[in-house]
Amino acid sequence: MTKKKKSGSGFQLGTILALVIMCLFLAISNKNFYSYSNLMSILKQTAFNAFLAVGMLLCLITAGIDLSVGANAVFCACLMGALSKSGMSSGILLMIIGILAGGLVGFINGTLLTRLHLPHPFVSTLGMKNVLWGLALLVTGSQMINTFPASVQWLGLTTIVGFPVSFIVVIVLYIVMHVFLSKTALGRSIYCAGGNMEATRLSGINTANVLTFCYTMSGIMAALAGIVSVGRSGICNGANATQPYDTDAIAACIIGGASFTGGKGTMFGTMLGCLIISVLRNGFTLLSIDSAVQNIVLGLVIILAVLMDVIRAQMEAKRRRLAAGK
Amino acid sequence: MSEYVVELKNITKRFPGVVALHNMQLAVKPGEIHGLIGENGAGKSTLIKVLTGVHMADEGEIYVNGEKRVFKNPNESAAAGIACVYQELNIEKLLSVTDNIFINKWLKKGALLDYDAMHKKAEEVMKSLGQDVDPRKAAGTLGMGVQQMIEIAKAVLIDAKMIIMDEPTSSLGEKEVEQLMKTCRELKDRGIGILFVSHKLEELFELCDRVTVIRDGEYIETRDIKDWTNDSLIASMVGRTLENQFPKEFGVKGDCMLKAENLEIGGVLHGVSFEAYGGQILGMSGLVGAGRTETVRAIFGADPLDGGKIYVKGKEVKIKSPKQAIAAGIALLTEDRKGSGLVLGESIRTNLIMSSFKKHSDGPFLNEKRIEETGQGHIESLRIKTPSIDEIVGQLSGGNQQKVVIGKWINSNADIYIFDEPTRGIDVGAKVEVYNVMNSLVKAGKCVIMISSEMPEILGMSDRVVVMRGGRVMATVDRDSKHFNQEDIMKAAWGGTLDD
Repeated sequence: MTKKKKSGSGFQLGTILALVIMCLFLAISNKNFYSYSNLMSILKQTAFNAFLAVGMLLCLITAGIDLSVGANAVFCACLMGALSKSGMSSGILLMIIGILAGGLVGFINGTLLTRLHLPHPFVSTLGMKNVLWGLALLVTGSQMINTFPASVQWLGLTTIVGFPVSFIVVIVLYIVMHVFLSKTALGRSIYCAGGNMEATRLSGINTANVLTFCYTMSGIMAALAGIVSVGRSGICNGANATQPYDTDAIAACIIGGASFTGGKGTMFGTMLGCLIISVLRNGFTLLSIDSAVQNIVLGLVIILAVLMDVIRAQMEAKRRRLAAGK
Repeated sequence: MSEYVVELKNITKRFPGVVALHNMQLAVKPGEIHGLIGENGAGKSTLIKVLTGVHMADEGEIYVNGEKRVFKNPNESAAAGIACVYQELNIEKLLSVTDNIFINKWLKKGALLDYDAMHKKAEEVMKSLGQDVDPRKAAGTLGMGVQQMIEIAKAVLIDAKMIIMDEPTSSLGEKEVEQLMKTCRELKDRGIGILFVSHKLEELFELCDRVTVIRDGEYIETRDIKDWTNDSLIASMVGRTLENQFPKEFGVKGDCMLKAENLEIGGVLHGVSFEAYGGQILGMSGLVGAGRTETVRAIFGADPLDGGKIYVKGKEVKIKSPKQAIAAGIALLTEDRKGSGLVLGESIRTNLIMSSFKKHSDGPFLNEKRIEETGQGHIESLRIKTPSIDEIVGQLSGGNQQKVVIGKWINSNADIYIFDEPTRGIDVGAKVEVYNVMNSLVKAGKCVIMISSEMPEILGMSDRVVVMRGGRVMATVDRDSKHFNQEDIMKAAWGGTLDD
């Protein structure tokens, strides 16, 4: 692992540099960027994507993908909204139900992949995205709901001297996940499964369980993101399930060094990726750039990040070939 | 005009570290069915690849109809009239028979494909090969025999002067084999030369005019079929002298550690039974495709069994997954190191502990200190050449990679070690080190099962040998038996029976 971190740090240095340059550019072109309130608002925006990206990263490391995270977050928010509207007033209970629902959705995704042998998580999670979109509209009767108790909104709304609690939770979560991925047997198994599923299975690791765990975690993280979104906006809206939240989460992971071929990715890199995306979005707003252009640029950023990953892999392979030829 | 349609003279082909072909000779006459046989690894595949332009020979000449040719790629070989029907057919199962036959040689009417003409032509060619099929049908819906005929039709269509058939009967039923032989004779009558590569002696005797034997990448001899006998063919194939490159040491024979009883996998294994003892190396010999790998994978729970019983140390076990097999004390080093043995992108450190996470953890947390201790221990005792334990496994040489896999399984602390082709593709020095690991395992009373396609290795290292063919155990030979020699084991592997 140490060696990998060494070879990967060059790339992350680049990512840090990109973030710094973006910040400098925005600071020069718009003096509002460096205001405390704007920076805090960036962190607040980051929190939602940061939760989604945790689950996405786990799935990407296993060489999979979870395209249902965004819809899952919206669905969980809508489920909580519908229950609160129908009279459930305990915030704790609502959040527990939301998290359980999100986890269940992830568990189903994982089971479809591992036990029912759907060919690729692309299939199950893309289908699930549509199912969740429909369910979100169904439980809310296609209405926006704003009857959330304050305790549900606490996570997304509260700030400590302006600093969003949601982002503090994100930092703690990322540290815990970092320890989990790098220091536990299960965490290491996730990388192994992504690097070579068959070798991992033949080493006696129950890869089906490892994968199901990742997708279930992804669902739980989506539910947490849903709770954050409720706090931030005070509402839930089933129509939001089609928003490109999944794309943002994927982009954050890939920019942070994860790879579609699996076996790679770190929590630190993913955090950088999340920050880059929210700074980018914030910058667009500050510079009043059309949202259509935002979408174009974000799409290009994702392609660029993947392209860099591909080129890096090719260069590595070439270097190895040359070294072997000597 | 030459006497031969295709002639190879003094072909030498080297790969890094090995000479795959050395001064190879081969001469196929037009209208001749020419058999080619040799042991596993004798160089048949390389020879075929040189003929088809996949590999370029380093030295030597290829003549087609007496004219010297150089094939830089498969297209040039095909243009010269050499076609090959590979063991693994190149059939696009979803496309029609016509599409498969005309792939890349489309008949066109202007810019559009002329399907009427192609269907008609396809039907004709298939009919001339004795196949009455609708060329519009998807190739995958037809039997293996017909799919093979599609490949032959492709060859006929490019006016091939010689058709190479690589193990053409290995996946065919009896009827299909008959039809294939009939077709071969018809092609022969048309003046096409056929190079017939087969593991089945009886087929060679039934079909071929002449047979060439190769061994260890070298040409041995060519005789008319009437001058060959079963025994002379086998003797010619194995006839090497054994050098003592095997540091065999003996353990003390212990109890029966693993007993397989009537293992069945539909169409693959047919009642496989054998016993393996502690303190011994059980060699598993046989030709490629004899069912040895399938047997051990099923025992290890990597693939499901359809029937049969497995006993570990006298107790019946039901193994459904590799995890359960490891818990029962079984380790399997697979034949495909890169595909199913290692996570190439991970470090030595991680690969070494993959089968023993529990042993290297405190609760859920990995104990890096313990991992490092056992890891360094393996690096020293197995002599893994690496700058550090954190080196990425993909960067190591084949021999060192294999040692990492062995270290992984020693970590699992098994009683039964199954090594599937453990020395394939590694250099001589590393081979000896692998043999020494096996020696120390049997001396510690462990049971070792070694699948090997190299006869010297089987004879050099085994205490007992199980010989398999076609998913069946043909013979079990003890080291002190009079049958413990190349000829007899080879005879069993090629379908002969051994007297007592």
